[in-house]
Order: sequence, then C-alpha cells, then structure tokens
Amino acid sequence: MTDAPKGSQRQEAGTLPTPKGETPFIEMRSISKRFGGVRALTNVNFTVLAGEIHCLAGENGCGKSTLIKILSGVHAPNEGEIILEGKAHSHLSPAASQRFGIQIIYQDLSLFPNLSVAENIAFRHQVETPFGLTRQKAMRKQAEAVMERLKISLPLDELVGSLPIATRQLVAICRALSAQARLVVMDEPTASLTHQEVDALLATIHGLKSHGIATVFVSHRLDEVMTIAERVTVLRDGSNVGTYWVRDIDRRRLSELITGQVFESRLKAPFPTDAVPALEVRGLSRQGQYAGVDLVVRPGEVLGITGRLGSGRTELALSLFGMNPPDAGEIRANDKVIQLRNNREAIRHGIAYVSEDRLSLGLVMPQSIADNTVISVLDRLTGPLGLIDAARRTQTIDHWIFQELHVKTSTADRPVQQLSGGNQQRVVLAKWLATEPRVLILDSPTVGVDIGAKAGIYQVIDALAARGLAIILISDEVEEVLHESHRILVMLSGHITATYDPHGVSEQELLEAIHA
Amino acid sequence: MRKGLQLVFRHDGQLALIIAAMALIFSVVSPAFRTAGNLVSLLENYSVMAIMAAGLLVVLVSGGIDISFAAIAAVTQYVVALILINAGGNWLLAFALAAAFGGLLGVVNALLIYYLRALSVIVTISTMTFYFALLMFVTEGNALYNLPDWFTDDLTFWSIPFPVLVAAILLIITASILSRLSIGRQVYGLGGNPEAAKRMGSNVLGLQCFVYGYSGVMAGIAGLVQAHRVEEVVPSALIGRELDVLAAVVLGGASLAGGVGSVSGTILGIVLLAILQNGLTLLGVSSYAFGFVTGVVILLSVSATAYTAKRQARSSSRHAV
Repeated sequence: MTDAPKGSQRQEAGTLPTPKGETPFIEMRSISKRFGGVRALTNVNFTVLAGEIHCLAGENGCGKSTLIKILSGVHAPNEGEIILEGKAHSHLSPAASQRFGIQIIYQDLSLFPNLSVAENIAFRHQVETPFGLTRQKAMRKQAEAVMERLKISLPLDELVGSLPIATRQLVAICRALSAQARLVVMDEPTASLTHQEVDALLATIHGLKSHGIATVFVSHRLDEVMTIAERVTVLRDGSNVGTYWVRDIDRRRLSELITGQVFESRLKAPFPTDAVPALEVRGLSRQGQYAGVDLVVRPGEVLGITGRLGSGRTELALSLFGMNPPDAGEIRANDKVIQLRNNREAIRHGIAYVSEDRLSLGLVMPQSIADNTVISVLDRLTGPLGLIDAARRTQTIDHWIFQELHVKTSTADRPVQQLSGGNQQRVVLAKWLATEPRVLILDSPTVGVDIGAKAGIYQVIDALAARGLAIILISDEVEEVLHESHRILVMLSGHITATYDPHGVSEQELLEAIHA
Repeated sequence: MRKGLQLVFRHDGQLALIIAAMALIFSVVSPAFRTAGNLVSLLENYSVMAIMAAGLLVVLVSGGIDISFAAIAAVTQYVVALILINAGGNWLLAFALAAAFGGLLGVVNALLIYYLRALSVIVTISTMTFYFALLMFVTEGNALYNLPDWFTDDLTFWSIPFPVLVAAILLIITASILSRLSIGRQVYGLGGNPEAAKRMGSNVLGLQCFVYGYSGVMAGIAGLVQAHRVEEVVPSALIGRELDVLAAVVLGGASLAGGVGSVSGTILGIVLLAILQNGLTLLGVSSYAFGFVTGVVILLSVSATAYTAKRQARSSSRHAV
C-alpha cells in the first residue's frame, strides 16, 4: 500500500509539463514515527516541489500534525530520511529546519498580542541578539521590505492584539517571510476567516509562489483545496493514500480518498407544507441587526439559513433562543404566540441552540462529558429531596452519549477537552437533546471539524429530523446547506433575500446570492 | 508603537491626574504636606519600595509573579550586613554582594518554576516562607545594630539623598532594559504569548532566570538600601512588604496576566500610594483607615483597568467579525 502511491506519484510527476515543478525542495522518504506503542506515521512519503502550492489533507488524527512537526524539527522520525539540498538527514532540529528556510505558521498564529506589528515581524532578531539594542528603524525597514514583497500594507505601529484575525494572519506570514523562507507551512489558515478574507489569503499564497516559495497548507475545506492547490497529498491513519494532481481529481474523489468511504449526497425532497409549524416567525426585527424576517419550520424539516458573517444570521438565531430580544414582530410555537425574553423561556418552549463557537460557549472544557451533558437538565433529574437522582443521571447520559450520538469514548467521565472536535460537537448536541427540544437551532455545526466527523454530524441531523425535530441549520458553507436542508433561506444585510428549494439552485447560484 | 504608547499614556495620564488632584487637596488642607522637607523625606521613604517594584515589574511583564522578593531582601540584607561587620568593606563590595546573593536566590525561583513546571505564585510563596522561616530560625530574631559607620552615615549627592539616587538609577536601568534591549522585548513577548515565544526560539529558561534573577538583584539592593536608611538590620522588618509593592505595580498598570506594564506607570503607582499615605498621616488619620483607603483605591484602579480592557476586547472582537 505504501509503495504504490510512491510509484504513482513519481509517474505523475514524470508527466508534469512545467519544468519548474520538477525540482523537489524537500523529499521525506519512508517516514515512520511511533509515540510509545502508538504508530503515528508509517512509511509516509511526502515531496514538496520548489515553489509549488501543496495541500496536506486527511482527517483529524491521520498524522498531518506529526508530519508537520517532523518538518519543523519538533519530532525526530524513528525511520526514514529527509532529503534537502541533495543531502539526506535522519531528522531535522528546529534550528536546522529554519536554516533550510522552512517556516511553520501554526493555527493559533503564535503572535504576541501586546507587541506592535513591526516588533512581531522582527521578533526573531530579538531572539538572536538577546543583549543587543532593539532598533526601531531597522525593525520597520525589515517589516516594510517583507510587505513590499507581498504587496500588502500593514499598520506597523498597531498592537497585534487590536487587529482582526485576517490581518493577524498576514502578520504571521510576513514574520515567516522575514526569515528567508523557502517553504511556508500553514496549519488550517482559513479556519477562522470569512470568504473575502480567504480569497485575499489565497492571493497572498499565489504571491509567495511567484517568489519561488513553496506553500504547504492543511485545510478541511475541500473547495479551497480544489481551487488553490496544485498537488494534494492525502494521509489516512498515518499512511500515504497518495499524492495527486488536483486537476486530475474532483472534490467527490478527494473526499473519498480522505475518508476511504463513498459518500452519497442526495438532495432532500421538498417538505410537505401542511403540518402545523413548530416555529413560525412574522416580521421579526431588531434595530441594526435584522429586519422583517419571516420564517417557518415544521416538525421533521431542516430549514437552512445561509449568509455571510455579519449578515444577521447569528443575531437572528440568538433572538429565536431568547438571548437577543427582538424589537418588533412575533414568534409562534405550535400556533401560539410566545414571548422569548431569555433563554430559560426558550428552553421551556422546547427551543435549543447549539452555538457557533462550541469551545467557548457550548462546553465547560475541563469538566466531564457526563457533567456537560446533564448541565441543562439538572432540574429534571432531581429526586424528592431536591438532590440529583444518580440512576436517572446515568440513564440520561447513556442514552444520549452512547446510544443516540455514539460519542467515541470509553467513559463519560473524561474531560471534554480530551475529545476531538467532532466528538465535542456531539457532546454539545447531547446536552441540548437532553432538554428534549422541539426546535433545534444549529449555528455552523461543522466549523473546524474534519470531513469524516462532518458526515457523522449530518447523519445525526438527518436522524433527528426523521424523529420529528424541527431543525434550523445556519451555515456559510453552501454545500452543507444545499445537501442538508429541505428549504434554504439566504440572509443578506439583515434581510431574508431569497428562498430556494435545493433542487432548484446550484452551489454557485447560492454563493452569488450570499455575496450579492 | 504609537497605539501602544497611547494606551500607556492614557493609563499614566489618568494616574497623573489623580495624583495631581490628591496633591492639591492635601496641600490645601495640610500645610505640612507642601513643605520641601516633607516631599524629600517622602521620596526617600518610598525608595526601597520603588527598587523592589522595578524587579517585580519585570517578573509581572514576563507573565509570572514573585512573592518572595521581600524575603530575599531580608535574607540578603542580613547576610551582607554580617559580612560587612565581620570582614569590613566598602559600598562597591556591598552592592556587589547584595546583587549577587539576591540574584542567586532569584535564579533558584526560576529553576524551581521551570523544572517543576509549577505556577510561579506557588513556588515563590513557598520560597518566601522558607527564606523567612530560615532567617528567623538562624538569627532567632536578633537584630544587627553594629553596622559600620561608613555604611550608616547619611549620604547626599547634589542634595539628593543616596536611597533616592539609587532608586532613580535602577528605575532608569529597568526602563532601558524593558524598552530598548532585545531581552526586554523578549520578556514582553514571553508574557504576551509564552507558546509563541518558545516557537520563535526564545530561550524560556534563560529568560526566566533573567527575570527572577533580576527581581532578586533588585530585592538584594533594596534590602541593602533599607539597612542603610534605618541603620540596623531587623530580620522581621521587611515582612509584609510584598503586597504593598505588588499593589503599587498593579496600580501602575502592570497586568497580572503578563505582557503589559511600564516603569513610568510603576513610578506613578508608587507616588500615588506614597501621597495617599503621607497625606492621611499628616491629617492624623489612623493607620487602619489608611489600609482601608489604599484597598479602595486599588480596587477602583483595577476595576477601571478591567473595564477598559473589557470594552476594548468587545470592540476588537466586533472588529474581527
């Protein structure tokens, strides 16, 4: 299995018409890495050509981060060799890796929020000469030279902590380039960016290429991989699946390579309109956020709402959950007008909300899966003396965590922070399903989870809808909204601007509607 | 840097305004307050605190905390005094000994924090207790009164009292290290994002040895200057100074979360506490009331800082969206 992709990669590289791509910048051959008894990587081959844009794809835990850490010199492989500038190395030290021009931009960007942009870009200089004087002028010059190369302009005197995420990312890229980078590795650079920001970033990556700098990026967003990368290396369970020319494969093939499964994505049939709506909204408005919103969702229906960040979609969701009271309009549940002044009232009316940012808002990270699951239903689990009934608590946890949502864990006593993103998302779902809601609002439920875990979450959504739950799915990933919803609303600047039947619209049309 | 400076100036400016207002009020209600003699002795009284604050500031900026500096000052003071009494010496030797011994005890903190991967607050509370207890045990609480004359004689330079001069020089050195030297900028980096500092290749052990060692050096010198001022070494004299100094530095805008703080702010924090205490004493207010008022001032200042930080965080997160 491990030899075949290597062969096919060579073969494909041989047919490459552009002469520029034929010089490898780095070749990692038959890399294996074990942590104790756990095999993280087995016989992995990974070649980056000089100046190419290469995507490293695979599910969480497939070995991508380990491979990057071997590249950066943090880990030494147990077997295999790394060929750089014609010489074979058994491993790289962090210093050697940097000397060869390998720069890693981690997902958290590793910037200093309390220092200025110029100081962040030139920080390496401080490390190299700890007892030297810092020269503001030299620092600014260095930063300006890098910005010149990237054709961007950054506010050099601003503190990094006061900048938006996308700008911080550019600071991190500038810092990487200030060190004579020849290969920049970006770990999920687009996870927290909006569409326009992603486009700007991708343009920057193209800019790197024009300077002969290779880029390796890790991304879970397959459409990005398809648009920007020239080649993609897929890892699964610590082994090579293969390296492919992106122009030779399509997105469906790529997701099959990543997961090893064939996904059938069928559009949902239109939902019958005769049932009594579980939730109905008429003319809902809130000053400065959204206006005149009408929507209906029936038991068993999945209503997709898509729109950019800032389109008012999250504010609307919060209003439906009682946390952002509207100024005008009415909300009806089961044909009765209801008032939602706070989220306790919303929960009482059977409305549940799974937030966009599950890490900061949805879960108490150091607490156990069990505690997180029952936190919203503690008052229903109390016995005659007002104490928690242990048997009912265990029963609730078993039911939701293991039987319904199949969270991958040996025990519900593990802290949720030890779970993967996809499993954490399931725990958030379990927490809300334990309240036995009639309406479930999912705000960007698959942000930051890998494609396999996404498929798992979609299965859960389908299963819940089939049981008669009305679901409002909010997402800016049009593919997700298109395939998971019975009906799609597009939100733009606080207004619902279009309603689509998934059969009557293409992804491209949806994208255009969002960005109109 | 412009925006950073603006933030510093805003905080410093507020403090300066409060200080000016208080100085004005005290000058009006207490004629004794506005005498030159009072102001000079005020400066001298707080010079020891200012030297300790300079060391603590560097630790706070690095994202750590040092509770043990007063204990280090007490132990260093005693050891150096013993040497000077028994072997003789001069000011140069006295400073060298105090700096070396204090620095050594500070580096012990750094090594414990680094290798035990322990919280600095826990480690330095432990070493504080240990050093104080050891000092009291060994000395049985006995004070040293027979200090050499050259050591206890009052010194002035250009009519500036010696302690004030030492404090001023050390504050200037600290400000230069923090703002102009690469290692100082790395200390800010470490406090702002320790993981990033590690990834950028900063020598974290080295930086920690530097900051805690520096705090120890400042504590040692502070102990020396204190012994010079009061002309005796009483082992328990410095007990309880930690929190006053910490209060002044935090009042001066340093963040307990690390990465933020300045020498100018620290000076203003000390001046504020000094004027407050001096003014209230001159007005004949009891020292219990002073503690009460100090507590209120610190609470107000910390709340104001937290409130601005919260508003900024909110506006910058909106910015990010």
